[in-house]
Amino acid sequence: MTQPLVAIEGLSAISTRDGGAPVLRDVSLTLEKGEVRGLVGESGAGKSTIAKALLGILPSTVKVTGGFIRFEGRDLLAMPRRELSDIMGRDITLIPQDPQTALNPARRIEAQLTDGLRLKLGMSKAQAHERALQLLDEVQIRNPERVLNAYPHELSGGMRQRILIASAFALNPKLVVADEPTTALDVTVQKEILRLIRRMQEAHGTAVIFVTHDLGVVAKICDRVTLLYAGKVIEDGATADMLTAPKHIYTSALIAAGPRYDRPNAGLEPVPEAVFRQLRAEIGIAERRV
Amino acid sequence: MTASDLLNRLFMAVLTLLGVAVIVFCLLRIVPGDPIAMMISPSATPADIAALRAHYGLDLGLPQQFGIWFMDVLKGNFGTSISQRRDVMELIGERLPATLELAFAALVFGVVAGGVIATLGTLARRTALDPALDFINGLFLAVPDFVWALALVLLLGVFWPVFPLSGRIDPTLSTYFHTDFYLIESLVTLNFSAFGDLIAHMVMPMLALGLPLAAIVVRTLKEALAEAMVQDYVLLARLKGMSPLRLVLQEALRNAVGPTLTLTGVQFTFMIGGTVIVERIFSYPGLGNMAIDAVINRDLPLIQGIVLTFGAIFILVNILVDLIAGWLNPRGAVHG
Ligand SMILES: Nc1ncnc2c1ncn2[C@@H]1O[C@H](COP(=O)(O)OP(=O)(O)OP(=O)(O)O)[C@@H](O)[C@H]1O
Ligand SMILES: [Mg+2]
Repeated sequence: MTQPLVAIEGLSAISTRDGGAPVLRDVSLTLEKGEVRGLVGESGAGKSTIAKALLGILPSTVKVTGGFIRFEGRDLLAMPRRELSDIMGRDITLIPQDPQTALNPARRIEAQLTDGLRLKLGMSKAQAHERALQLLDEVQIRNPERVLNAYPHELSGGMRQRILIASAFALNPKLVVADEPTTALDVTVQKEILRLIRRMQEAHGTAVIFVTHDLGVVAKICDRVTLLYAGKVIEDGATADMLTAPKHIYTSALIAAGPRYDRPNAGLEPVPEAVFRQLRAEIGIAERRV
Repeated sequence: MTASDLLNRLFMAVLTLLGVAVIVFCLLRIVPGDPIAMMISPSATPADIAALRAHYGLDLGLPQQFGIWFMDVLKGNFGTSISQRRDVMELIGERLPATLELAFAALVFGVVAGGVIATLGTLARRTALDPALDFINGLFLAVPDFVWALALVLLLGVFWPVFPLSGRIDPTLSTYFHTDFYLIESLVTLNFSAFGDLIAHMVMPMLALGLPLAAIVVRTLKEALAEAMVQDYVLLARLKGMSPLRLVLQEALRNAVGPTLTLTGVQFTFMIGGTVIVERIFSYPGLGNMAIDAVINRDLPLIQGIVLTFGAIFILVNILVDLIAGWLNPRGAVHG
């Protein structure tokens, strides 16, 4: 039996900011090489917390109280800082949510796109430039020389997200963590970006953790899905199975509510209150935390 | 800033200076005190006094006085100092370089010291050093320049006298200077003994003027850096393996300097005002020190000339700050 790329086992965490409230409750999931895994759930479900834990960037106010994250068998949570920073940015990279704030307004695109190549791979300026041109071609950016020379504010949101995707795949990582990478974009651009992430992921054989609110997006891009509520895994399985034959009443309610990727924030409201009552009873929380 | 913006600013600057000229002129005629009374000998007859008044044009009506003075100013003639009987422009030209050297030294000290401390504080986020630094800086923020000057006189002048207490240069050093920019000239001509002596004389007034600026730079810059450090682009750069120091200097700093730069400009103009009292305390022969003498002697032409000079410096500094801000920020606008 081959070992999975990522295995999260019984991960629990609390927020010291919110008086020790649980943020993750005994979360387990595995991720195979080259697989796209969706993390779905309403706001506050703990999706970003899992993503941050994978990247080793949990805020100081979130404390892990139990469990492991194994990356190729090695425990990320117990790893010395130096080893961790070897992995991060090279084997595990991030596509952030908001292309507005993810590029430094004061630096040219070339400098930002080649940081990783130069710092992690020790490429020369010229080598990094060649590689940057290739990468921009891969993410279908025309006149790459002009774009490399531009500042972020001279480019559109979609263009910037393409650059961030190119940057995330630049070092042929094994895992890309994408935290709601299309939420800040126009609908038409969203579709292109989704397709691009899928294409890049297939071409590089990279596994992706894809965080989203939106089951419509999940259906488009994910092989497997994990549905979370209040830090607890509610359902986990292959995308097609889960969308056609949901096992949990919350999953069915979400599918029925039909959130679409053209209105990402409008989706989860119509789930009946009775479903939430049952969820809370199952998890053992008194009040709905928003 | 485009060329037409710049022209606009310069035009406004001229208007502002005109306003300053009118206000100073009127104010000085309202406050009591007669320059002639300060210069006559006790044996002067009323006729002598009247002759003197006529000589300096003080017997004319106010609008007439202003008209004559203003036309002269336009021609670059600021009149003759009543107390020193010398050309006002010449006097200012002799003293201004000393003040400029002092003010720029204090500016450089304040910005560099403040910048270094803000950077260290940002690197030390989430350690015990950070709140300690904020506390100490809070104290520094509350101490104005003249209090620093007096404290420094006590500390570095009386208890631990390492630096000369007064003046600009040791008068026994027989150095001949071609310009009034002693510090720059001694550096250019590689006259290090004079340079060292000038610096030693400058240390205390420079600290008095520069420490409040440093405290303000620390607070503003640290706040802006903290804001920038939590941006996603800093996170991404950190993941790519950028060192903490480079994260602060390369990623955060350029996006954080905007507010600090603006405030430094404002603070620098205050500091030029502060040179008046600080130069006095250290008997530093600058424009500010001369301003106090001019006021004591009711030397109207000299006061007018000095105030206009200060006004012109304020305006130039403000334009310069905007130019630098525009250059630092490729978006063409300063963001907070
Ligand atoms: N910096 C933090 N310190 C302490 N607790 C936090 C912090 N950030 C988030 N939390 C808590 O962790 C819980 C999960 O937050 P998380 O950001 O993982 O949710 P999410 O599923 O990503 O939500 P969203 O869809 O809004 O991004 C929330 O209850 C939140 O209050
Ligand atoms: Mg989130």
